[in-house]
Amino acid sequence: MNLLTLTTALLVLAALAYRVGQRRALRLRTDQRLAALPSHYGAYVALWCGLPAAALLVLWLIGESQIVRLLVVGALPAESQGLAPAQLDLVLDEVARIAAGTNLFEDDSLAAAAARYSALRGISDLAKAVVVMAAAVAGLVAGQHLVVARLRARDAVERLVRGALMAASTMAILGTIGIVASMLLETIRFFQQVSPLAFFTGLEWSPQTAIRADQVGSSGAFGAIPVFAGTAMITLIAMIVAVPIGLMAAIHTAEYASPRARAIIKPLLEVLAGIPTVVYGFFAALTVGPTLRRLGDTIGLDVASESALAAGLVMGVMIIPFVSSLSDDVINAVPQALRDGAYALGSTQSEVIVRVVLPAALHGIVGAVLLAVSRAIGETMIVVMAAGLAANLSANPLQATTTVTVQIATLLVGDQVFDSAKTLAAFALGMVLFMATLGLNIIALRVVTRYRQAYE
Amino acid sequence: MALTARRQVLETEPLATAKTAKVAAHGVTVFYADKQALEDVSMDIRGHEVTALIGPSGCGKSTFLRCMNRMNDTIAICRVEGEILVDGVDIYGPGVDVVHLRARIGMVFQKPNPFPKSIFENVAYGPRIHGLAENKVALDDIVETSLRRAGLWDEVKDRLNEAGTGLSGGQQQRLCIARAIAVSPEVILMDEPCSALDPIATARIEELIDELREKYTIVIVTHSMQQAARVSQRTAFFHLGVLVEQGDTEQIFTNPVEKRTQDYITGRIG
Ligand SMILES: Nc1ncnc2c1ncn2[C@@H]1O[C@H](COP(=O)(O)OP(=O)(O)OP(=O)(O)O)[C@@H](O)[C@H]1O
Ligand SMILES: [Mg+2]
Repeated sequence: MNLLTLTTALLVLAALAYRVGQRRALRLRTDQRLAALPSHYGAYVALWCGLPAAALLVLWLIGESQIVRLLVVGALPAESQGLAPAQLDLVLDEVARIAAGTNLFEDDSLAAAAARYSALRGISDLAKAVVVMAAAVAGLVAGQHLVVARLRARDAVERLVRGALMAASTMAILGTIGIVASMLLETIRFFQQVSPLAFFTGLEWSPQTAIRADQVGSSGAFGAIPVFAGTAMITLIAMIVAVPIGLMAAIHTAEYASPRARAIIKPLLEVLAGIPTVVYGFFAALTVGPTLRRLGDTIGLDVASESALAAGLVMGVMIIPFVSSLSDDVINAVPQALRDGAYALGSTQSEVIVRVVLPAALHGIVGAVLLAVSRAIGETMIVVMAAGLAANLSANPLQATTTVTVQIATLLVGDQVFDSAKTLAAFALGMVLFMATLGLNIIALRVVTRYRQAYE
Repeated sequence: MALTARRQVLETEPLATAKTAKVAAHGVTVFYADKQALEDVSMDIRGHEVTALIGPSGCGKSTFLRCMNRMNDTIAICRVEGEILVDGVDIYGPGVDVVHLRARIGMVFQKPNPFPKSIFENVAYGPRIHGLAENKVALDDIVETSLRRAGLWDEVKDRLNEAGTGLSGGQQQRLCIARAIAVSPEVILMDEPCSALDPIATARIEELIDELREKYTIVIVTHSMQQAARVSQRTAFFHLGVLVEQGDTEQIFTNPVEKRTQDYITGRIG
């Protein structure tokens, strides 16, 4: 019985258990007061039936391959048994392929092991089905017996649901912790090879390290300042574009636009947020970059066709909807009573906005801008396509530059040895990036919550 | 609807117009979209007196109050007919600057609504936007006088730079009164200014209203009969969008002409 049939059978059985529990509750209800609705009893029995069986199935699937492997090793030829773990794995994979009939060439020395493997799989599959279904049926029977009138089935079901939700959120947190931990390990390995001082203060970035000792031109310099500077410059350009335009658009939609205009403008702005960043990248590399270059030529400026300016401008456009929709929300959250108070003192509309609404919304707007900055710092696709790769330490936005994200992408593209400083540098950069955006997000959320509290 | 019954104009004191009317409403009718909120209200509000507007909830007191400083302009669906003369000039007439009008006719709201700025900046807001102070010294002076008139100075003089929103409810309401006074209005409209306050803070504001009468003309909406009786010289009773009766407060409370007024005052309707 394969996995799909087994899970289907399990679900069918759980559905049946639901009916059984519900029926039983309905029967009880004829002469007793129930502590919960019949559907709760149904869910209760269904959970008893489904959950332990499903847990068993998961455990089985996790343990199965390990146990089968252990048993198969015994059937391998003597010389294979003594192999190092990594090579043993390869042999075992081959055994599995032979058993499945997908191996490319015959290898008789492994036939015995393959036969054993097939046999074991067969037994395991059968046993798995039997055990799981037995658990489900046992659960059904047990659950059904537990259904009595004073059983607080609803509480039990809700406790379980709460547990499941908690498990989901824990999973999300564990995911983040896992990512950070793995990055942290690689980062530490990187800093064993390159000193943090050199990384954080060095002015030269050329991460090519020699693969062979006698190779030329690949000394490897890991001074990350030019990379950080590139990110900072592009982010700055993007914010110079996005903050004023986004904020003014928000003021317009929140304060001036008629409801009809608002109903058109807001979704249009949000379309900008839905464009894939790769498309923005095209736009930056194929349209904005060359246009800037031509413009530069006509006024005698030397503009690189991949420039920080092009990438920053387009990134700014991408970020406009973030700033505008968040700011629009906070401006709308400013109580009408404040506007009324200002109007009643004889303010014009612009005075109300500039002197009362915007200061009142300032916290929220700052939060919105910080979130936008963190978004700009982490943006990859546009800069990969339009900003270039050269790690120049220069304040000239008309030249090519590079950013943290671009470097991470290029360092990890292609075949890599995962213990060279070159590859590990990507993790160190990633860690810095993560810290920066995490810090920004925490500050932004703080600012925004404090703003919300002020009006609740 | 109920408003179609034609109202009888009741001027219980024929001499009212003999005294100068600061604000005079003639045939004011207000619609919110298609819904009529006021019908043909005519009344005189005399200078340097406190006029109380009373009546059951939804009868149009706030609506009438908001007509007098054209705050109804901020509600898109609101339409006002008739005329309201302030010192003889129709405020709905052409060539009237709303911004200027609102500087002359201040307003205090039901819920204290100080700006999220410092106490000083709250009071200085009006003088700043209207350019009433030549320099910092003059501005300080306006702020101090206004806070003194609102009876708040002694409580806040040492913390003028702290947030206005950090004051107690009663203090916030007095701050809002100070904010209104700071632009030297001629009329102050108050819409249930004490309904969010405790009895002590209320007594404080009532005292203040009595003092302010000397310099300003005051119109106050209130749900409390006692308050109307305590602070006002004139009282107007609204019911279902119609001005039922107006007259001297004492007369309205002791000897109302209209049966409906009597019923409301004795608690039988409303
Ligand atoms: N902004 C508005 N939009 C639509 N209708 C409104 C609006 N404001 C008031 N109304 C309606 O106008 C009528 C009069 O309202 P108004 O607020 O003037 O009553 P009020 O006498 O002040 O009542 P309360 O004592 O409860 O404050 C009510 O029927 C109300 O529903
Ligand atoms: Mg009202």
